[in-house]
Amino acid sequence: MPTPVRSPSLPSPRGTVYGSLLNFRSALDALGDQIHRPPYKTPPRAPVLYIKPRNTLAADGDAIAVPEGVTGLEMGASLGIVIGRTACCVRETDALSFVVGYVIVNDVSVPHDSYYRPSLRFKCRDGFCPIGTPVAREAVGDPNALTVVVEVDGVEVQRASTTGLVRPVERLLAEVSEFMTLHPGDVLMVGVPAGAPRAGAGQRVSISIPGLGRLQNTLIAEGTR
Amino acid sequence: MRRARVAHGGAVHNAVAHPQGVRLADGRVVAEEAVVWLPPFEVGTVIALGLNYADHLKELSKELTVTAQDEPLAFLKSASALIGHRGQTRRPADASFMHYECELAVVIGCRAKNVKRADAMAVVAGYTVANDYAVRDYLENYYRPNLRVKNRDTCTVIGPWLVDAADVPDPHALELRTFVNGRLTQQGNTRDLMNDIPALIEYLSSFMTLDAGDVILTGTPDGVVNVNVGDEVVTEIEGIGRLVNTIVGDAAFGRA
Repeated sequence: MPTPVRSPSLPSPRGTVYGSLLNFRSALDALGDQIHRPPYKTPPRAPVLYIKPRNTLAADGDAIAVPEGVTGLEMGASLGIVIGRTACCVRETDALSFVVGYVIVNDVSVPHDSYYRPSLRFKCRDGFCPIGTPVAREAVGDPNALTVVVEVDGVEVQRASTTGLVRPVERLLAEVSEFMTLHPGDVLMVGVPAGAPRAGAGQRVSISIPGLGRLQNTLIAEGTR
Repeated sequence: MRRARVAHGGAVHNAVAHPQGVRLADGRVVAEEAVVWLPPFEVGTVIALGLNYADHLKELSKELTVTAQDEPLAFLKSASALIGHRGQTRRPADASFMHYECELAVVIGCRAKNVKRADAMAVVAGYTVANDYAVRDYLENYYRPNLRVKNRDTCTVIGPWLVDAADVPDPHALELRTFVNGRLTQQGNTRDLMNDIPALIEYLSSFMTLDAGDVILTGTPDGVVNVNVGDEVVTEIEGIGRLVNTIVGDAAFGRA
């Protein structure tokens, strides 16, 4: 796999990092009939989003700390859309012109069952959002046909394709920018496929997407950094 | 000291309160109406509390199906949703229930991790007023409160002043009031916070490193009502500030 090169025009992703929830059909299907029962009651209408705050941001090679009492963390492999210019109320037809590049994101979570009102302590711990090196949009091709592969200790544990997105990249950008403006340097994750694999202290996780390279991090027990 | 950030005469300035308005760092004194008010500090992570006043919890409990619980209900907003004093907030035409929330905002002054309750007040730089609007029509039951309700452009108003912590002897005894077109619609007191400021800092810093410029919006008391286009909404906290905001319609934002 070629090593991605950061083009000089790419802003580093220092804006806000947003995640999308249940944007893979597989993830929505995994909820099954639950989406019609309390507490959810109905399927999601608008994109379901969350924020990974600045204390979570980490780089390729950084250690991910596993908190005491937790055996495995969820490795939320996602394609990240890197915003290149201010995007407000964009149309699907020209949505990609607001995208400067793409990047691999590992949206790390403490496993939790409910999507209703999860605590910040599941997703917002320090270092819980390793981000790779952005690659220019032109070098990536169709963002809705990318294979995302997760390996733990060199063994493939998940393989998914962005062909399975409920909202493809263009539509996601249109629906999100209808109510909140995205700014250059912001990163919007397209979502995590169903069945995010888990990894524990001492293991090495690697996420790869063709053309985007590889994001690798090692998990350590908290307090041993 | 009461500090502000304002735009005036083609530049952004740090400013402090002055009897005639604000005094810019370069010495000029300018009237309140003659400057554009920005959020009063460089905003980092924005953490907001839901249901942190017992009366508001009771007010919304039928809709929310929750009860008081041990862990604070915290959620995040992005800094880009924030606007300053005297700004305009868009009310979407299809909304039937959009309400303000007057909240004491606690601004963090330094890096802080694993802060114990006894030490928590030392990491506070100061306080300001926030008006954290919500559009209830868009509430969904996934990752509540969802960003379409709570992270809309222009829907988090903050300011006018960052008041130094040293100038606020007891942040847990401040009267909060909201006025819509001059009529008092919401009233509370920070003494009724279910999770007080040290508790919130201890809780949050137990899993996330807080840093200078991070801000905790501590929640709102009972008394939220719908606001309409043209309304002037004033959220006021005793000793902290009086934050003015105007509700505007879609047309002002070039939307049909």
